[in-house]
Amino acid sequence: MWTWFYKLASPPYVYGVAAALMPWFLGLAVLTIGYGLIAGLGFAPPDYQQGDAFRIIYVHVPSAWMSEFIYTTMALAGGIALIWRIKVGHAVAAASAPIGASLTLLALVTGSMWGKPMWGTYWAWDPRLTSELILLFLYVGVMSLRSAFEDPARGDRAAALLAVVGAVNVPIIHYSVVWWNSLHQGATVAKLGKPSIAGSMLWPLLSMFVGFMLFYGAVLCLRLQGEVLNRERQSAWVREAIKS
Amino acid sequence: MTVGAWEAFWLIVRREMRLSFRRPEQLLQPLVFFLIVTTLFPLGLSLQLSLLRDIAPGVLWVAALLSALLSLDFLFKSDADDGTLEQLALSGHGLTVIVAAKTLAHWLVTGLALVLVSPIVGTALGIPVDAFATMLVSLALGTLTLSWLGAIGAGLTIGLRRGNVLLSLIVLPLAMPLLIFGAGATDRAVSGTNAAGALYLLAALCVFTCTLAPFAAAAALRITLE
Repeated sequence: MWTWFYKLASPPYVYGVAAALMPWFLGLAVLTIGYGLIAGLGFAPPDYQQGDAFRIIYVHVPSAWMSEFIYTTMALAGGIALIWRIKVGHAVAAASAPIGASLTLLALVTGSMWGKPMWGTYWAWDPRLTSELILLFLYVGVMSLRSAFEDPARGDRAAALLAVVGAVNVPIIHYSVVWWNSLHQGATVAKLGKPSIAGSMLWPLLSMFVGFMLFYGAVLCLRLQGEVLNRERQSAWVREAIKS
Repeated sequence: MTVGAWEAFWLIVRREMRLSFRRPEQLLQPLVFFLIVTTLFPLGLSLQLSLLRDIAPGVLWVAALLSALLSLDFLFKSDADDGTLEQLALSGHGLTVIVAAKTLAHWLVTGLALVLVSPIVGTALGIPVDAFATMLVSLALGTLTLSWLGAIGAGLTIGLRRGNVLLSLIVLPLAMPLLIFGAGATDRAVSGTNAAGALYLLAALCVFTCTLAPFAAAAALRITLE
């Protein structure tokens, strides 16, 4: 039953899987993000307090979730690669980092765009904004460390270790910044059972979240193919894959 | 000749301390840097002691973090350059023990020195004498934690040509909780409220890094040394 797991360690197999999955992820992402955008921007009622400005959450919240999810994925892939010496793990981590960093930046930018009409300022030293900013710094650190080494294998392993150390620190950083008085509104969706958000607002948001996941999957598959090809450029199967 | 891990630990600590005291300029530079940075703030902001007192804990802590970060550069560097580190790694003692000893010795000569100098800076910035105890304890815990975090960063950036900037880029985000709790504790002590909560959290972070960071730093060295 573990053969599928072992197969995932083989670059040609992963290359094939990524190539096969990419169009599915992309197609489903277009559908779910499309529904989320149309329903969220067009049909969801305006918030009784925030008016139409709340609609930015349809981009902001999924990208903030994804920024943490992708960091976790990157650290897990790095950890797996370090422990079991599975090189594909490094490729997944290397392919994920720029996506995660971009979504973190997107969350920060949309957050500050939302902050201007709501708080009257583009930037407030609010705990969630600050921990998101620190997350961006962690991403930048991991990416710069990977590229700083002349020997790519060494850079991979150093970046993986840093990602794992960072992942251990993320909750600490989060709770330390929560110490300040928060301007940010409390969680509205994570309260399971009875979310304090109307269904007509919630469904587009969940659809956007699923869409962002699928979009990450699609971009990851695309970037992973590139990473695997680049890393395995000496091997015979790559030459055949490129020829065909 | 065989020595136990514990004995090796203290031998390395003593060797590091002796080497540091033979190169006093290396010890003094971070301290002078600490003094200069804290001088910059009054010059750049205002000479009013009342305003200075409000920002003093933050200034003190930012300067201490930067100065401790500066000294991290020579935690492994000279030993890595002349091959001593490889010899130590091959000595048969766990790399974790070696890293822990080197980091502890490094903190004793840099972090602790910084803590001892901080009352001078604190006085200049208008921190009341009543708050000195909290300031000293928080700085001691904070610099020790930073040394452990820095050991990971320094281990990862050994042998990189422009490792210094990268080291700051890696370590500073991880050190932000230290700044929050450390400056928070000092700030509370300055304003006369109870700083125990922040100090406990700092102590918790310190214990946490003391127990886990040596393993991470040893893993980092294993990656960069091999």
